Amino acid sequence: MSQVQTGPAQAGPSQSGIPSRGGGTGDTVFKVLTVVAASIILAVLFFVALFLVLNSLPAMTAPAETVSGGRGFWVYVLPLVIGTLISAFIALLFATPVAILVALFISHFAPQRISKGVGYTIDLLAAIPSVVYGAWGMSFFGPALVPLYQWLAKYLGFIPIFGPGVSGLGRSLLTASLVLAVMILPIITSLCREIFVQTPTLHEEAALALGATKWEMILMTVFPFARAGIVSSVMLGLGRALGETMAIALVLSPGPLTANLLDTGNNTIPAEIALNYPEAFGLRQSELIGAGLVLFVLTFLVNMFARWIVGRYSQFSGAN
Amino acid sequence: MASVHNHYFSHGGISVKKLRLGVSIAAVLALGLTACASNNPTGSGTASQAPQQQQLSGTLNGGGASSQEAAMTAWIDAYRAIQPNVNVQYNPVGSGSGRKGFIAGQYSFAGSDAALKDDEKQQAQQQCGPDGAFQIPAYISPIAVAYNLPGIDGHLQMDANTIADIFNKKITKWNDPKIASQNQGKNLPDLAIITVHRSDDSGTTENFTDYLSVAAKDSWSYGKVQTWPKEITAENAQGTSGVVNLVKQREGAITYADASAITGLGSVAVKVGDAYVPFSEEAAAKAVETAQRVGTGNDMAVKLDRATTQAGVYPVVLVSYHIYCSSYKDQATVDLIKSFGEYVVSDQGQKAAASAAGNAPLSAAMQAEAKKSIESIKVQ
Amino acid sequence: MTQQQHLDQTLPEQPDPSRVLRTASLPQWLVWALAGAALLLALILTLAGLHVALAVVISYLVFLAAWTAISITRLGRRKGINNLWTAIVVGAFLLALLPLISVLFTVITKGVQGIMIPGFFGSDMVGVTGLQDQAAARGDAPIIGGIQHALVGTLMITLVATIISVPIGLLTSIYLVEYSSKGVFSRAITFLVDVMTGIPSIVAGLFAAAMMMGFYQATGQSIQKATMGLTAAIALSVLMIPVVVRTTEEMLRVVPNELREASYALGVRKWRTIMQVVIPTAISGIASGVTLAIARVAGETAPILVTAGVAVQTNWNPFQNWMMTLPVFIYRQLTHPTAPSQPGPSELRAWGAALVLILIVMALNGIARFIAWKFAPKKSGR
Repeated sequence: MSQVQTGPAQAGPSQSGIPSRGGGTGDTVFKVLTVVAASIILAVLFFVALFLVLNSLPAMTAPAETVSGGRGFWVYVLPLVIGTLISAFIALLFATPVAILVALFISHFAPQRISKGVGYTIDLLAAIPSVVYGAWGMSFFGPALVPLYQWLAKYLGFIPIFGPGVSGLGRSLLTASLVLAVMILPIITSLCREIFVQTPTLHEEAALALGATKWEMILMTVFPFARAGIVSSVMLGLGRALGETMAIALVLSPGPLTANLLDTGNNTIPAEIALNYPEAFGLRQSELIGAGLVLFVLTFLVNMFARWIVGRYSQFSGAN
Repeated sequence: MASVHNHYFSHGGISVKKLRLGVSIAAVLALGLTACASNNPTGSGTASQAPQQQQLSGTLNGGGASSQEAAMTAWIDAYRAIQPNVNVQYNPVGSGSGRKGFIAGQYSFAGSDAALKDDEKQQAQQQCGPDGAFQIPAYISPIAVAYNLPGIDGHLQMDANTIADIFNKKITKWNDPKIASQNQGKNLPDLAIITVHRSDDSGTTENFTDYLSVAAKDSWSYGKVQTWPKEITAENAQGTSGVVNLVKQREGAITYADASAITGLGSVAVKVGDAYVPFSEEAAAKAVETAQRVGTGNDMAVKLDRATTQAGVYPVVLVSYHIYCSSYKDQATVDLIKSFGEYVVSDQGQKAAASAAGNAPLSAAMQAEAKKSIESIKVQ
Repeated sequence: MTQQQHLDQTLPEQPDPSRVLRTASLPQWLVWALAGAALLLALILTLAGLHVALAVVISYLVFLAAWTAISITRLGRRKGINNLWTAIVVGAFLLALLPLISVLFTVITKGVQGIMIPGFFGSDMVGVTGLQDQAAARGDAPIIGGIQHALVGTLMITLVATIISVPIGLLTSIYLVEYSSKGVFSRAITFLVDVMTGIPSIVAGLFAAAMMMGFYQATGQSIQKATMGLTAAIALSVLMIPVVVRTTEEMLRVVPNELREASYALGVRKWRTIMQVVIPTAISGIASGVTLAIARVAGETAPILVTAGVAVQTNWNPFQNWMMTLPVFIYRQLTHPTAPSQPGPSELRAWGAALVLILIVMALNGIARFIAWKFAPKKSGR
């Protein structure tokens, strides 16, 4: 994000050389406070990383045959990484476009009376704990998807991800991903809406005055203005999707990695940890913490990638 | 759903205002009510029969197996009636985490579906003194092989090999000759068998696969495992209530689960010797009583004989231990541990748990022995 | 919306019957007629044996095609595309509504029954065992037991976590947006905040537990004291801080520079500019972000179990003794019913607790919005 901005940091009177009349202590204290807060984050993260590495070292250095699966830590963790990425990817694929459009609906299309109520409802949905989404996915959503899955398997079964075989209760990775999509939809919507309504009215009016239709106005002013914010909110949703535990643990029948998204099988790192940590001891525990470390690194890489994308579009973003 | 839609959106602004008002009222109400602390009026009936004991006070922390949670709730509640000033807390973090916390000193006692490993015993000496820790079988529960087949009365009968073949997916239909031959006169449907297993690591899986690997060693090649073998892909769910709910949803499904939770499902009578034994508290308790003792001295750890041929024994049993230190650092903890531990293995303690959680009570002989072990706890 | 309505009246682009010089527009009833026809089509397709989801998708596509075609032929290409996207936006909204309403419906219908249990808010789970639940399931006794302990625990732990993480998160984002000069330090912070969103929640719990146990061990006290509400709050803060930083950072960034410059031009010091211009301008978004962060952690289960334990009695003190929270209560009651043979009463309590949890977060949201409304400069209504 730091690449994005050129403005405010340099704009303060103290830096720009404008003479100021005394009372600089307030400024100094405030600045020191912000630096201290930022340093606390550094420290916490350092200790968490240290904790993770120390606790997962035994699993990473253990002889291959003593690790679950018998072929070493990396062979054990790779299918979980793939499962985590697939589920998060599908969730984003479904949630992002819908969330952005819903945010647009609230910010630019709906009448005010409706948009306030809907905005509030969306916040409410972001507040529902994941265990509730899990229970809903398990008892209602999964079974409801079974006929659709059977249809997909029947007519599109030649595509490896749609068959053969369908989980009789819809307890598949696709269901889990869709539940994730439903979970992160309100998060992305909520933040996108906040960004969209911040679009400078002058820009919007200028576009309309030039004869743009509403949609053209949105393309010309709202999206370029909000691009960095949209990516940021999607990243937040992704973070939630990558780290989600309870919803997956309740909805999915985990198993070994398979290409088929409609049948039982596959698992994600957080669900693997949550399901197995309580009964684990010794090396198994450190395996699971090691899997946590891998998830940590994975999130780091995904976020770096996103930052890179935002950086490429930086000329459009920010409040300049 | 349509009505909900209308409620929210056709007069959006108004209903949301109402909703907000409702929320704030609920919040105020909740706060107001919480301010006046009150407990539920029911006390435990066992209180009056309890022998007069020295009144203790303090907090006793334990943690471990979640299989014992319902029984532990009953023990703690009934014990509170005897010692109202003692606060016993149990954290159902799981057996592995419970043992780890016990060794580190986080918990004064642990519940565990498996006995301490050798290296854990050694580590426990740091907290527990040179004599280390010992374990008492406190919670015995039969594991039922439960199925959803409406129209089948009584118990289906199976030997261990048949059960193993069902769970490793070699038998895929309910009317398979292997099942039919053991169930003459039962009208078995031509229905696919859907096996359901635990998705989380569990003591239930460990004990069930232990039974299969011993009693059906020709059919079950995956050994005794805590995690269901990755080679078998099947429906699965988290926790006992998870698998039971799945089975209830699907006709033709079968699972293994703590017997207390399978209300409404059929269960298999397991072949022992020449007879078929359905699960029962007595048959489960008998399995533990006749088991081989592997612990020495105070340690009552047992190794169950899964391939037993003894009449009336149900060998698919889960034994969950309470793990105590031989000696604690201070007298207060010793008093609390002794008082609570003795209550748990007492006749009323075992009965209280059995009626609330549906597990099998310890036999009288084992109760007496457990009491003796706990009495030996001392200060370091 | 106010500007929008303002625009509607002044710009020739918007249909306005009072104007002579307006472009052609489609009659109001047309879109409703088309929508009705599409619904009918969906109904027919469903009755013809197609899965209802597919039928709806097909009818929607037919609707889009017809609506766009009519718009383009009657109004021209640009307006046609505008209409197409309007229809897509509304369609996406309706699509998103379906699962969300379904979730809400499930929670509310089941939760209301739970809340109806007498003493649901006023009692905890002391004295509730399998015996009582079995009697209740048989109909011999009323369902007893409530969520007072979990309610108190959730409020206290979340409160402490918020007190820890909101100042740290807010100050950090102020540093990033207002003070940092794109140096190594601020880049590192930005990256590390991202990484922090990837900490699995159980790891945060184990970390906090290990940290507090280490502290008590180092000071020669019993490590059993480390299991308390504060430890849980620290674990939750680790999860909350990155969410607070990311959302508030974004909101501070979109505050127009003109406002800052105007303030500086008036000779206002930087920190006062931040406190009195930048933050009030962004307060609505910040409040939203903080609510999201609270909502994110208020539903956590695993980190609470390893840090605050599980309690059946009410405990108001987050610095001593074990605590229960609503998510842990929900999760335990759903997966390990008090009476294994009769899970009914436990499920009722769990759904009731879920509804209460949502209401609490909504109340917090309401408070946050009230604060935002109170301090924000009066402008757009959204």
